[in-house]
Amino acid sequence: MTVDASQNLPESVAHSDGRIADNIVYFARALRKAGIRVGPASVKDAIEAVLAAGIGSREDFYWTLHAVLVTRHEDHATFDEAFRLFWKSRELIEKMIAMFSPVAPDNREKQKLRAAESRVAQAMFEGHEKNQPAREVPEVEIDARFTVSGKEVLHGKDFAQMSADEIADAKRAIAELQLPFDTVRTRRFRPDTRGRIDPRAMMRSASRTGGQLILPKFRSTREISPPIVVLADISGSMSQYTRIFLHFLHALTEKRRHVHTFVFGTRLTNLTRQMRHRDPDAALADCSATVQDWSGGTRIGDALHEFNRLWSRRVLGQGAVVLLITDGLERDDVAGLSEEMARLRRSCRRLIWLNPLLRFDGFEARARGVKAMLPHVDEFRAVHNLEALADLCASLDRRTSVDVDPRRWLESGKAAAA
Amino acid sequence: MTEAARPVPGSIDETMEMLTGADYVADRALATVLFLSLRMQRPLFLEGEAGVGKTEIAKVLASGLGRRLIRLQCYEGLDVSSAVYEWNYAAQMIEIRMEEAVGEVDRRDMERNVFSEKYLIRRPVLDALTGTAGAAPIFLIDELDRTDEAFEAFLLEILSDFQVTVPELGTIKAEEPPIVIITSNRTREIHDALKRRCLYHWVDYPDAGRELEIVRRKVPHANSRLSAEVVGFIQKLREVDLFKAPGVAETIDWASALTELDKVALDPETVSDTIGVLLKYQDDIARIQQGEGRRLLKEVKAELAAAE
Repeated sequence: MTVDASQNLPESVAHSDGRIADNIVYFARALRKAGIRVGPASVKDAIEAVLAAGIGSREDFYWTLHAVLVTRHEDHATFDEAFRLFWKSRELIEKMIAMFSPVAPDNREKQKLRAAESRVAQAMFEGHEKNQPAREVPEVEIDARFTVSGKEVLHGKDFAQMSADEIADAKRAIAELQLPFDTVRTRRFRPDTRGRIDPRAMMRSASRTGGQLILPKFRSTREISPPIVVLADISGSMSQYTRIFLHFLHALTEKRRHVHTFVFGTRLTNLTRQMRHRDPDAALADCSATVQDWSGGTRIGDALHEFNRLWSRRVLGQGAVVLLITDGLERDDVAGLSEEMARLRRSCRRLIWLNPLLRFDGFEARARGVKAMLPHVDEFRAVHNLEALADLCASLDRRTSVDVDPRRWLESGKAAAA
Repeated sequence: MTEAARPVPGSIDETMEMLTGADYVADRALATVLFLSLRMQRPLFLEGEAGVGKTEIAKVLASGLGRRLIRLQCYEGLDVSSAVYEWNYAAQMIEIRMEEAVGEVDRRDMERNVFSEKYLIRRPVLDALTGTAGAAPIFLIDELDRTDEAFEAFLLEILSDFQVTVPELGTIKAEEPPIVIITSNRTREIHDALKRRCLYHWVDYPDAGRELEIVRRKVPHANSRLSAEVVGFIQKLREVDLFKAPGVAETIDWASALTELDKVALDPETVSDTIGVLLKYQDDIARIQQGEGRRLLKEVKAELAAAE
């Protein structure tokens, strides 16, 4: 280690041999609290990596730890912030004081909060908040940063807990559900007496008899269910159905191989990880805490645009089926909605629109949003009576003989207008 | 490969030198993570948008270290018989018939003959395990996100033990584990268990300085003013809310295309005529041609003029 390099480093690393390992362990613990998944094995790796790379400049040290501790691109900002706070050379003393003394307040001027800063700071100074003076920046103002328009109203949501009967019913309904286009052929094989010849299996069985007997073996391609991507509308007009949808999605996530869940009102939220909770109530509580725009306005066009740009390439691979649950009542102007729908349809295998408004008998494709979206869906399915999950499953089942062609609605809309 | 295998670099600076020597302009972060993966013998997991030079890293590493590059291109339905090994069934059948024709078939002999290395067709994974000490090959697993989870789970075994079991032959273990580079375009999330075994790096678009250096090295005969304008324009383009922003590969293509057209500077007509090299989605092209391209170009020219 050169003298020059040690100046860039935190004192704890440069001046005390053997403390670096401890510091890395503390750092990893801080990262874990800030939400990055860091296991004990990666802490060990981090120490090994630092030893392998040697302690050079601050930048090398940063990227050495980054290489081992960060495994998702999304975690980069959190790591960056944690590193800045934890390995701060000049303010190290202040940080230590803040961590261990109950009275030293953080008087430095508050700048605009960086991404993940509050989460990281929370992780590092946990247990000391109660001793700190009340925050000067009220939470509301931080929220205001995300606000896109005056129309957006942020709501929390409390879901009634699910009864045991309901859970049993839901599981049964989902188990019986057969979605349209439910299987895709893979290029993998399974033994099948009615399939094609399987040379590998033939050789293997032949070797059992020493080549005396070469019996024919057959195989056919295996079929699996494709990933399902659900885009559910949680705006005000849909609020009465939200609970049923979320329960449906939870049961579906548990049952199916690959389900990605997104909800949107005025913004798009990915709920896939929250839905993985075994317990439906815990999962729903988690969702409720994550989503901030329950029962607010709708911006279908913006939500779809965001999905197309950021997520479609990540989740729509391998022949995914998209299930779009919305009433199609767009608050904003519908410019761009049609293009986004077209793009969505082009990037998935099948786009199914599930519309609860269809329960009113007189429904016609009159709303501008509905008109813009209808031409771009493969199937337009109705929910006539959405009181329970079984109704939802019934409307999605491919065996129910309803006319799902979206053109029927478009034509009837035209006729009514004329 | 004729050139002798060179040992892995001993420090981050040496790694940086090796990359630069092979005409790959890397930032410090990439050099660090590459050095660590070589030193700790851990697979390197590279994620990033298409066309930022992920695959190129493996190629550069192979030429820089004088190692053999074994590439496994992933696709949906990739299975053991096309990734690891396969028996040459036709030849085996003939062998069996021949031995029968001779008569006097000893069962154990036949088994040994039929399932010998002679009839084993080595696929990339098995091939990658044949490295001798000091000359382990580079094993590039390209676009892992294109294959399915079943193959990913299989890779877990390979990447932790670097051995393959062929039931008829026994276990084949690498004398020295290969240097593994895995790339993903993120069309699907890779499981955490696999990521945990690797060092992770997100390959981002380069900044203007580095991109200019890349163009200078990859398209040496391009006019310097043209290169600066090309890089400036593309950097601006990446800030626009496009469906697919152009990667480094597109920058290099565009610079060479414009050089082929004997251009020494960008003008709106040229941009409009050659935009297909940069943008591959009709919506994006329409947007840039509707005047936004003209505005960006004006900005780039103004900035370059101010810098002079």
